[in-house]
Amino acid sequence: MSATTTTAAPAFTAPGSFGRVVRSILKSRTATFGFALVILNILLALLAPVLTSFDPIATDAMNALQESSGEHLLGTDALGRDTLTRTLFGGQYALAISFTATALTVLLGSVIAGIAAYRGGIVDDIITRVLDSVLAVPAILSMLVVVTIFGTGPWVIILAVMVVYTGGVTRIVRATVMDVLPKDYITAAKARGEGMFSILAREVFPNVLDIILVEFAMRASWVVLLISSLSFLGFGASPPTPDWGLMVAENRNLMSVVPLATLSPIVALATLIVGLNLAADGLAKSLGVDRMKEVLG
Amino acid sequence: MLTFFAKRIGWSVFTVLLATVLVFSAIQSLPGDAASQILGQNATPSAVATMRQQLGLDDPPVSRFVSWLGNALQGNFGNSLVSGGSVGAEVGSALINTSLLAGITIVIGVLLSLVLGLVAGLTRDRWPDISISTLALVGMSVPEFVVATVLVLLFSIYIPLFPAVVIAGQNASVAEILPSVWLPAGALICVLAAYIIRMMRTSVIDVMDSEFVRTAILKGNSTPRIVFKHILPSAMLPTLNVIAMNVAWLVGGVVVVESIFNYPGIGTLMIRSVQTRDLPAILLITVMSALTYVVCNLLADFAAFLLNPRLRYPRSAK
Repeated sequence: MSATTTTAAPAFTAPGSFGRVVRSILKSRTATFGFALVILNILLALLAPVLTSFDPIATDAMNALQESSGEHLLGTDALGRDTLTRTLFGGQYALAISFTATALTVLLGSVIAGIAAYRGGIVDDIITRVLDSVLAVPAILSMLVVVTIFGTGPWVIILAVMVVYTGGVTRIVRATVMDVLPKDYITAAKARGEGMFSILAREVFPNVLDIILVEFAMRASWVVLLISSLSFLGFGASPPTPDWGLMVAENRNLMSVVPLATLSPIVALATLIVGLNLAADGLAKSLGVDRMKEVLG
Repeated sequence: MLTFFAKRIGWSVFTVLLATVLVFSAIQSLPGDAASQILGQNATPSAVATMRQQLGLDDPPVSRFVSWLGNALQGNFGNSLVSGGSVGAEVGSALINTSLLAGITIVIGVLLSLVLGLVAGLTRDRWPDISISTLALVGMSVPEFVVATVLVLLFSIYIPLFPAVVIAGQNASVAEILPSVWLPAGALICVLAAYIIRMMRTSVIDVMDSEFVRTAILKGNSTPRIVFKHILPSAMLPTLNVIAMNVAWLVGGVVVVESIFNYPGIGTLMIRSVQTRDLPAILLITVMSALTYVVCNLLADFAAFLLNPRLRYPRSAK
């Protein structure tokens, strides 16, 4: 790759287009509602230590299995832990892991897609075939295998998500990059002697940013689902982590005694994912990306 | 067309093969193997070594894979490293149970969601659409384990209609399992239907905007004729891919639901096999799942071919 050229950077996004997207999202009631739900979830998670004075992990056998009361708004679980506290801190855990995992997956998938599309030929064939084979293995099986190999912990779960979803991201971003590559400004960049990575970073990715953003918003909701399912099965977060999936698994058998201990994480999980879905829909619409095509890849 | 499908089938076989290679190599790197799993933590190193030799775990990985592949092509998938029984029989009986669950889910789920999606699309932005779309969004946004938990709460605790868990073992007959199939199927249908409804609704709306539907309306055709002859076939087309994808997804989706209800199917077996490092069982499950994935995709392509006359002629070169 040659030294960075000082030629003018390509039009990143037209001036004011960020404002335009925001305005178009605000115009749609459902999209606004979706973003509001996501922001609410983020705020509640960030403010968890302020909103509650209980410890999410410390057990308190004296106050186990309590119903809703002034002290414990949503009651307590079998170990006397405050359900509201655990649900709020569960948000921290879910958001941090899911967003990191989604961001890394989309980043890796986009880079692989860029290289595959740019190089073409045998490199493209190999990448496409290998990733397609990964997609043919059920997501849960791949995740189980990754978790069994590397043990538990947040980074293992993030790695597992990357293994499962990179293929899908690559497939979609690759198709879009293929549309961009024949454009004149790419030919011009090649003629200037720019290398592959420079072209991808400076010319290609800015022009497929809308697809990548929608991809991120969409995957995020799936990742939250997948991670919580993994925890529910007992392969994700290990106790006593306040993880929503784990909380449902722990309290499910006590549903007739303290229903709130099961229902709270369920409601939290559902609002976050509904929010992410509506936000992704709104984002796709205002960026002019066909979300159903996205799903199909 | 023939060469197109021959090529697709060739790639599909390759995909399945590569998937097994990937899983095989991943399992190779698992810490601990079946030998130490079977003998437990207190086994002496020499006992583990003997066990390893008996199970053939000492051979180099490549030669083990090649011999596995050779046997597999003849229909012999080896013996379970844990129970010692034939993996084919074990996976086979689990597969029958899962097929029962998946079959019920697919038939009810697909029919239900096509109808609901059609209704939603035809009544765009009016109350039937709004209620159906909201339900679909909720279905998309709630993990299977939540749907399953809520269903158990409603239909086996509050109103005891169905059993909450399957008590029948791995070898139970279909008649024994049938009463307990409905709750897991219900949970799967909720998730499966959500995506198909959304896709069907979108494509019905797209088709209704098209000129041939407008022409049909202007020609004075009756509403049922327009809906069933003009809108439905064209709207089904993009929906097929989503259906195929979701059916392939079911293979993985059943894992969570099966484990909640202790349903003796492929998913329960998958979790147990990974826990016990039972390589032959995992490999066979991988083969079956990958086959489902490629066959679903092939079928969707083929159905699209039959439904869409434009695809029947070779496309002009790009």
